Amino acid sequence: MIAARPAAAPPLLEVRDLHTVFALEEGAVRAVDGVSFALERGRVLGLVGESGCGKTMTALSLMRLVPPPGRIVDGQVRLEGRDLLRLPEREMRAVRGAGLGMIFQEPMTSLNPVFTVGSQIAEAIRLHRRVSRRAAWARAVELLDEVGIPEPQRRAREYPHRLSGGMRQRVMIAIAISCEPQVLIADEPTTALDVTIQAEILDLLRTLRERHGMAVVLITHDLGVVAEQADEVAIMYAGRIVEHASVLDVFEHPLHPYTQALLRSMPSLGSERRRRLEAIPGQVPDLLHLLSGCHFRDRCPKAIGACAEQDPPLEEKERQHAAACIRV
Amino acid sequence: MISLAPLVEVRDVHKHFPIGSGLFGRGRARVHAVEGVSLAICAGETLGLVGESGCGKSTLGRLMLRLLEPTSGDVLFDGRSLLTLAPRELRAMRRQMQIIFQDPYGSLNPRMRVASIVGEGLDIHRLGTRRERRARVAELLELVGLPPDAAGRYPHEFSGGQRQRIGIARALAVGPRFIVADEAVSALDVSIQAQILNLLQDLQRRLGLTLLFIAHDLRVVEHMSDRVAIMYLGRIVECGPRAEIYRNPRHPYTRTLLSAVPVPDPRRRKLRMALGGDVPSPVNPPPGCALGMPWRCAGVRLRLSRPGAAAMRSPVTSFRRRACRRPTARRCDGWQR
Ligand SMILES: Nc1ncnc2c1ncn2[C@@H]1O[C@H](COP(=O)(O)OP(=O)(O)OP(=O)(O)O)[C@@H](O)[C@H]1O
Ligand SMILES: Nc1ncnc2c1ncn2[C@@H]1O[C@H](COP(=O)(O)OP(=O)(O)O)[C@@H](O)[C@H]1O
Ligand code: SF4
Ligand SMILES: [Mg+2]
Ligand SMILES: [Mg+2]
Repeated sequence: MIAARPAAAPPLLEVRDLHTVFALEEGAVRAVDGVSFALERGRVLGLVGESGCGKTMTALSLMRLVPPPGRIVDGQVRLEGRDLLRLPEREMRAVRGAGLGMIFQEPMTSLNPVFTVGSQIAEAIRLHRRVSRRAAWARAVELLDEVGIPEPQRRAREYPHRLSGGMRQRVMIAIAISCEPQVLIADEPTTALDVTIQAEILDLLRTLRERHGMAVVLITHDLGVVAEQADEVAIMYAGRIVEHASVLDVFEHPLHPYTQALLRSMPSLGSERRRRLEAIPGQVPDLLHLLSGCHFRDRCPKAIGACAEQDPPLEEKERQHAAACIRV
Repeated sequence: MISLAPLVEVRDVHKHFPIGSGLFGRGRARVHAVEGVSLAICAGETLGLVGESGCGKSTLGRLMLRLLEPTSGDVLFDGRSLLTLAPRELRAMRRQMQIIFQDPYGSLNPRMRVASIVGEGLDIHRLGTRRERRARVAELLELVGLPPDAAGRYPHEFSGGQRQRIGIARALAVGPRFIVADEAVSALDVSIQAQILNLLQDLQRRLGLTLLFIAHDLRVVEHMSDRVAIMYLGRIVECGPRAEIYRNPRHPYTRTLLSAVPVPDPRRRKLRMALGGDVPSPVNPPPGCALGMPWRCAGVRLRLSRPGAAAMRSPVTSFRRRACRRPTARRCDGWQR
């Protein structure tokens, strides 16, 4: 991927040619179709794409939590050089939490309604650390404080439904960072939230990242969020990364026609009034019925005959700037 | 063309929902979903309505269509109060006002073919012969960019964006003058959202529609609106021409909202002005400023004023209202230029 790096230390997280497939009666859904990237300590990778393109399945594959009938069929996920896909499940459990922490996409469904938030955080801690119940509870309260929940002592004893959406998301973050993961995977952490709460949660993530030196995989479909938070960006389309570069390059000098179109289709504050948006024609791809060759070609303004003939591989087209398109 | 005559108007409308009934007797607690809102939308205009979840946007939209009865206040369409219309007159009036919903999945009957969904309004209002109705449905499908064979298919066979097109065709069927688009693009992907926004703009221009465009995304609202109203806890805290609201927001809450919007430019990462704490609940809200405690708006003390209906009679587009008074600032109740 990006980074032709000296052989010395392996990157913190390195994903190589990851494939996750859902074998359905109607056919195979390649939810993750050869994804590769590397992430260094303290960096934020924005993983962007439209619904169904495989962002969540990529994240769940890293955690080895792909729901059946989905299966990781190929590839490597190396954390400090160690391939997580080859670990016994018992060891993987330790990695979840201390190695990789994840904020799941649906805060409502991922908190258990019948337990207090404090006990859920404490349980997450005790899953990974041999500490007493009491110490775990104390740590849970500390974490609630750290993620900016006022009166953490009292809030720890409350049930999830008593908390607002923003507070629930803070609890999810508290659980994800409870074991100080090296990499935090945040799957659409603010999508369900109002813009002011979104801003607070993003600020919180930034603060935590700076304090703990975590690397972050930030999954979102909002390019604005990426522009504000990410160091580098990977754009996904139909199970693949089609462009990967620094955040500046992606916004100022996008190479892939899909990235270019995505940037133009988005209204932004202060844009010319009534400028027609440049919509991308057609529909978000259905992974069961993909086109041969480049999957984007039916919507691509630059498509030519040759685009139907081969899958364009993700290649470094400029320094530290990779794209999967035969016309770049 | 935007005219200066209001097509739709609400005057000091309130909508309270009783909650917590049953156990506590006749529910003392009430949600103040809409609290004394006065607004007018001119013919041919798009009024954008933004605010955070639960602030009362959908409730206000439904009040304008009289899909909900206001607790108090008046709702006018084309100068006539909808509240005093006889049922038959109201039904006739309904043809002129339609709504497009957020959820392209839930709002279409899965057991009906697209032709019946789109043509339902024509049937209800007994418009045209059967053949004319069929022709009208075909015309509508083309208008919203769906293939002709869509008529015979069911909603589940369509993508989110296409379902939203079906919802738009259904709303347009009876030839309305006023449409409430309630989060009509919020559930869509960026690339599809752009298609639907363009479609709405084209249709508005071609058909001279008046639009209440409800959304929580300030970027989308700016793109679509002539005028924008900012709602907070049941009240309109600021309302004015789009460019003024976005370039020169006066109300601290508007400023906070705008500063929270992520900017798609990595060179301009900014420190945001965040509201402290969560949005207060509209259940028995604190008196005075809906923003509540001074700490919620960067040290500025606020009180809300409620401009009277009289102010509404002025040509609306050229005015701008703030529902906020700062003790240190110039007094400003109601409309001002
Ligand atoms: N039928 C009802 N019964 C009781 N409370 C209601 C009812 N409808 C709405 N409310 C309440 O009124 C307030 C305003 O709701 P409304 O749906 O208008 O908000 P909104 O601005 O459209 O929010 P969103 O952005 O989430 O759609 C909320 O507190 C809501 O819970
Ligand atoms: N349980 C499942 N069964 C079959 N296909 C699935 C399942 N879960 C996800 N998929 C498919 O995997 C693809 C990627 O999904 P996902 O990673 O959730 O997308 P994203 O998070 O980018 O919206 C989708 O096209 C979806 O259809
Ligand atoms: S390979 Fe062809 S179709 Fe695909 S993005 Fe490039 S130009 Fe477009
Ligand atoms: Mg997802
Ligand atoms: Mg609503």
